[in-house]
Amino acid sequence: MSIALNMLSRGIGQRPVQLVIPACCGIVTAGAFPCSAYGAPVLAATFASAAAFATGLARVAQMNGEATRVICFAGDGGTYDIGMATLSAAAERDEDLLYICYDNEIYGNTGGQRSSATPLGARTSTTPGGKLQQKKDALGIMAAHRIPYAAAVSLAHPEDAFAKFQDAVGRRGFRFLHVLSPCPTGWKSEPADGIELVRLAVRSGLYPVYTVFDGRRVRVDVEPELDRGALEQYFARQGRFRGDLIDLEAIAAAIRENWDDLRRHAAGGERP
Amino acid sequence: MSTEFLSGNHASALAATLAGRANRGGRGFGGGIYPITPQTECVEYLCQQEFERGEIVRVESEHSAMGVCIGMAFAGARTFTASSSNGLAYMTENVFAAALYRLPIVMMAVNRTLGPPWNIWVDHGDTLMLRDSGWLQFYCENNQEVFDTTLLAWRLAEDHRVLLPVMVNQDAFVLSHTMMQIEVPGLEQVERFLPLLRLPHQLTEKPVTFGGLDFPHETEVHRRQHAEAMARVPAVYREVQREFEQHFGRRPADAVDGYRMDDAEVALVAMSTMSSTVRAVVDSARARGQKVGAVRLYMFRPFPEQDLRQALRPCRRVGFLDRDISLGLGGVLWAEGRAMAPAGCLVQNYIVGLGGGDVRPQDVQGILDDLVARQRAEEPRILEVAT
Repeated sequence: MSIALNMLSRGIGQRPVQLVIPACCGIVTAGAFPCSAYGAPVLAATFASAAAFATGLARVAQMNGEATRVICFAGDGGTYDIGMATLSAAAERDEDLLYICYDNEIYGNTGGQRSSATPLGARTSTTPGGKLQQKKDALGIMAAHRIPYAAAVSLAHPEDAFAKFQDAVGRRGFRFLHVLSPCPTGWKSEPADGIELVRLAVRSGLYPVYTVFDGRRVRVDVEPELDRGALEQYFARQGRFRGDLIDLEAIAAAIRENWDDLRRHAAGGERP
Repeated sequence: MSTEFLSGNHASALAATLAGRANRGGRGFGGGIYPITPQTECVEYLCQQEFERGEIVRVESEHSAMGVCIGMAFAGARTFTASSSNGLAYMTENVFAAALYRLPIVMMAVNRTLGPPWNIWVDHGDTLMLRDSGWLQFYCENNQEVFDTTLLAWRLAEDHRVLLPVMVNQDAFVLSHTMMQIEVPGLEQVERFLPLLRLPHQLTEKPVTFGGLDFPHETEVHRRQHAEAMARVPAVYREVQREFEQHFGRRPADAVDGYRMDDAEVALVAMSTMSSTVRAVVDSARARGQKVGAVRLYMFRPFPEQDLRQALRPCRRVGFLDRDISLGLGGVLWAEGRAMAPAGCLVQNYIVGLGGGDVRPQDVQGILDDLVARQRAEEPRILEVAT
């Protein structure tokens, strides 16, 4: 999360922004009243409301001819679950917002409960026997709104990540960025392994790094190696997965299928 | 000033339109809106208006309607929305948030019975549920009052001694869908009455966080400040009454609106449109020589404790007519107001008109007869008057 914020900050540069952050670790680290750790104005939103509060800020900035860019920064709970209706509606209205979901695949702030972003087989405090359902495809859902810009960001590929933050801040209309954001506490992994885990997720093809323009044109940003070794390492380096629920054959097959689809879309599309 | 023939919904929307346009020289106007019977005509009307600097955002839920108002208000715009009943229940988290952020949002609520089972007619349980939300609440008796209260709500909300949201309530269908003749001021008059909104804690480029973490002591201070702002409302409201009268030639009602109370030994206390019926019954009782008066609570939050105590001073018997029920307790007016009756006064609660049951003069007469005849007070009486 902190690396993502750091890159976002570089992507913003000197442009005037307002951050809207719902309940999540990102609002805790903003500091206690009356301090603000982010060097930018922050509105701490109710859990489900980031995209609605941001809509209000962005509309008023627009009607007053101001250059302010409004950015939501929300976790997977606030995005995939409780905030999904609000987010979907703001995307459908094509509000002039950048919505960033940093996804650690659990409710981290509350101590690590399952969300609909939690992957199959992961133990959480509310799925002690491992989650039995697949992770929801939020990026696919957002792209299906035909928004101008929807992309996955890999923190292990800083140049691509930085370019995306910069690009997404500057564009008009509704932009969505998904950031896979390791949580050592919840993932039961070494803190120093965070970026390496993202790299493994990308190399294995488990976390595709791509951009969808207008919900139609797909661009693959990082070619995966579809490396079986990387896939094994990804699971082995985390203590959260229940071994007997992790079928690497099935996961590798699903990854191939997913990439076949992505490449087919990308081939039919054009780079902007 | 022109005369218009408007429903309560349209009266409120027209007042919001004028107040919104009056802020075009400031940060503009807007709000999130979502339809619910019987509020729909209000938001439809708003969506048909042109604003030089204003945006009505058609959102996906009441929760987001208030969310958009919160964002717009933080950006310094004048804001409005409208809702009702289960919509308010769904909106509740952000209703509280709006007040805790100290934002001068105005919301018109059409009072409608909470479901299930579904009932679209009036009772006051929906907005009374929000009595602890930190909003000011007014309950209107006619469409002129709906219009006037909507306008003065911003004057009150945006006053820097107050800086709190205001809820303007009207009875479902009895007002929301009934057309009445009302006096409507011109935009220039409204502009003179409503100065441009200057929100002291507007979110700008300054790196501050609003609504972040509060530790216990900060929360104690914030709640005390909120309570102090509420406590300042009665005095500020009296100023607003005078200002409103100077600008528009009509004096808005007192927070506690007494009728023939000077020597009243018996009083009937009610809110909203039921009060008109109560006054008619008082008139006929007076004609028979009974010393009866009526009290209408126009302002419910802050609770006008002093004024109600003053109004009830001559009384030996007081009946509270509640169009609501706090289950497990009784009527909310009664529960909050009974301590304002003088010592030794018999105070009885009548719960009447739930679910939109038409409260006719003979029903109120029956309540008065019961109140006058009874030896002592008893548990709240839940009456069935609907036909």
